[in-house]
Amino acid sequence: MSSRDAILQAVRQNRPDPVPRPPTPLFASPDEGLTTAFVEAQKRAGGTVVSTTADAIATLLDARFPDARVIASTAGDIVAGSMDLHAVADPHELADLDLLVCRGVVGVAENGAIWIPKAHLGHRAALFIAQHLAIVLDANALVWNLHDAYARIDVAEDSFGVFVAGPSKTADIEQSLVIGAHGPRSLTVFLLTE
Amino acid sequence: MRVALFVPCYIDQLYPAVARATLEVLERQGCTVSVPLGQTCCGQPMANAGFEAGSVGTMQRFVDLFADFNYIVAPSGSCVAHVREHYKRLPQNDAVQHVRARTMELCEFLTDVLGVEQLDARFPHRVGLHESCHGLRGLRLASSSELQVPRFSKVQRLLELVDGLELVPLDRADECCGFGGTFAVTEEALSVKMGRDRLRDHVAHGAEIITATDMSCLMHLGGLARRQQMPVQIRHVAEILRGEDG
Amino acid sequence: MSTPLPEIPLPVIDHAAAAARFVADEARTNWHDASLWQVRQKRDRAAQAVPEWEALRDLASKIKAHTLSRLDEYLAQFEEQATANGIQVHWAKDAAEHNQIVHAILARHGVQRLVKSKSMLTEECGLNPYLEAQGIEVVDTDLGERIVQLAGEGPSHIVMPAIHVKKEEIGALFHEKIGTPAGEADPGRLTEAARQHLRAHFLSADAALTGVNFAIAETGGFVVCTNEGNADLGVHLTPVHIASMGIEKIIPAAEHLGVFLRLLARSATGQDLTVYTSHFHRPRQGQELHVVLVDNGRSAHLGRADFRDALKCIRCGACINTCPIYRRSGGHSYGSTVPGPIGSILTPGIDLKKYQHLPFASTLCGSCGDVCPVKIDIPGQLYRWRQLVTEEGHAGRSKRRVMAVAGQIFRNPRLFRWAGKLGRRLLRWLPQRAVYHQRNVWGRARDLPEPPRQSFLEWYAAHRSDNANKKGHDQ
Repeated sequence: MSSRDAILQAVRQNRPDPVPRPPTPLFASPDEGLTTAFVEAQKRAGGTVVSTTADAIATLLDARFPDARVIASTAGDIVAGSMDLHAVADPHELADLDLLVCRGVVGVAENGAIWIPKAHLGHRAALFIAQHLAIVLDANALVWNLHDAYARIDVAEDSFGVFVAGPSKTADIEQSLVIGAHGPRSLTVFLLTE
Repeated sequence: MRVALFVPCYIDQLYPAVARATLEVLERQGCTVSVPLGQTCCGQPMANAGFEAGSVGTMQRFVDLFADFNYIVAPSGSCVAHVREHYKRLPQNDAVQHVRARTMELCEFLTDVLGVEQLDARFPHRVGLHESCHGLRGLRLASSSELQVPRFSKVQRLLELVDGLELVPLDRADECCGFGGTFAVTEEALSVKMGRDRLRDHVAHGAEIITATDMSCLMHLGGLARRQQMPVQIRHVAEILRGEDG
Repeated sequence: MSTPLPEIPLPVIDHAAAAARFVADEARTNWHDASLWQVRQKRDRAAQAVPEWEALRDLASKIKAHTLSRLDEYLAQFEEQATANGIQVHWAKDAAEHNQIVHAILARHGVQRLVKSKSMLTEECGLNPYLEAQGIEVVDTDLGERIVQLAGEGPSHIVMPAIHVKKEEIGALFHEKIGTPAGEADPGRLTEAARQHLRAHFLSADAALTGVNFAIAETGGFVVCTNEGNADLGVHLTPVHIASMGIEKIIPAAEHLGVFLRLLARSATGQDLTVYTSHFHRPRQGQELHVVLVDNGRSAHLGRADFRDALKCIRCGACINTCPIYRRSGGHSYGSTVPGPIGSILTPGIDLKKYQHLPFASTLCGSCGDVCPVKIDIPGQLYRWRQLVTEEGHAGRSKRRVMAVAGQIFRNPRLFRWAGKLGRRLLRWLPQRAVYHQRNVWGRARDLPEPPRQSFLEWYAAHRSDNANKKGHDQ
């Protein structure tokens, strides 16, 4: 018998009596304070939220990252970028990427997470290899919790998708929080308000 | 109401004053208390050591002895939790189910059955409350710090009814003292370390007396404190609820 | 193929002895305890911020119970969906087969350098030494894992692998292994050095291996959670991604991710969510994506009605952080891949004799059960494992004898009274040095209570016996 069949047979033999699948409720959400909660959660996660308009972002980025030379942007209508991600064949070429600017789809107020599918990245690696990350998010794309977020997105629609909640970090040395582990050293969220 | 007093084996032998205080507290609340003299032990020491099978005779004895009472009250959360949870091992006839449901820890009985709102007791001391684990999480005598539920403590509420008593706050409200039955001997180093850590918390907050629902925790903490000549004493909660002059 | 190792009798893990060695350094024990207690406190604050916390725990537990009751169906569904997504699915009945499958994939691609993110399953399978013996360089990329790898140790915690190592020791290790300045002990600068050191490995690796936090039956995808971004940095650069998972990691549908992810990071570290929650559904263009489904004793564990709930575990480590024993004895004292309370209910299922002491490395305080996000009754299982250890004949002879005597005494009230009286007399009459003999383990650090002349029942019989219920008196 193949290992597959042996495992499945053993599981079938040993599994307990049927237990019904419970419904997954959405849980109640507060009536107001969505944006404030999101900003607070990002702050807890080490990120920075800037409420702004689309046309101000390029200037804000220049001020924030004056030394960034290699900039990739998948939000070309907002920030031009210094390189074309689509022209990159091998993600190793992104090793010197200073800044990635991309759009988020949904922002989650309870934890600051932002959903970014592969389509918004060009290369999957870009999000992780860049020294700094900036995400543009519509304020009306905010939801309260992860249940709301999963109700809005289709996780299987794209080949890859990720919730990003803050800059990369570690506390593996004596529980001291250090921002900038292997991925971006900072996360700036530009929250577009009308 | 026929109330029986169950006195845990080691309290009977080593801390008779605790059993007398329990009797007195119950009688002062108007209970007619019976003490079956054939009682020995609930079986917990064996069962927790992995010898539940060998303790079935002890369990059955407990049931036979106490099945006729409306309530069985004991000055121990640990023994009561054992009866309630682990007497599942016995065939679940009416007597076993009755005894499992009606065996209660003293503070639990005073709170949930008698609805005690007032105590004629005085104990003018700074007291640290050790929430013994089996009472805390086995009997839910208080909200454990892990759970996100409204905060309560049946033991603390009763202690607050005692005149002159001042409860001290602790850094770790419900950390284990390290007694753990045979653990106290088989894992001696850890047991001692855990006990010393608990003592330090109580002493640092100025407790003169450490109290608990379980004398086993206090025997361990008191033994460590005496050996190290720490300025803190132990009292079972029954001795405090009875009052200092009792 | 490697030759199988010769069968050698495994030593019995002696937790108490290891714990005593750990506790002997009191300052270090206090430091270790405080580090973990801080994590527990962060967890409490994070849980408090979620009004539906207890409802979520309940729901998570029920979803897992449902999933386990139809695990074979969900595994088959996952395989079908994942295969349709272009993922290659493999099945390994044990650790050896897992390692062979991984090696075969790597060999086919001529892989020399593998980067690996945290996976307790590969620790369980002993993958690193297996691959290294085949000449493949394996680099653990999680900072904590890299620290213990460089130190030649195993992780002491499932979420914080290097929680037992001090920053000065990490500084000395990095000085020796990756050339940081001597005496450097600043966590920020050491982390930066590791970032540079590991980035070179990410860029030169030929393949990447990750663990799996959740695999979704309905969509045939899986989720990997990290804070550092190391799993993603590895897999998005290499032409081969292998994801190893225990078969219990399956959840039915994507809607369940919301439930588990809201609990996972908050329980683990007190964060609202890990920084990266990556969802993999199809391979990158030009990349191979493999999932290895590993049994290694899990299907057998599913058959143990009293213990199967342990398979609900989502590996948050909250029970480990809260455990007063773990905090004062360190992860290595358990001698098992997964330490702490959850390890003590999982490992006896693997080898009851070797791990017979682990269910006793507990006071049954119950904190683990109350902190568990999927409500596994860990203290109840510890209690039941104790019974099995004894029934299987693993309890020591002296313990068996003591318990047999106790069983007799407690069944017989006359014997109980006689033995009690004798004991109390001995305590009073014997000289101190006899009472506090070295073999009186209780008395080495603890005074015994003053033995009273009269037991309570003796006093009662003498003074109040009129009120006494006579039943049982003469039995």
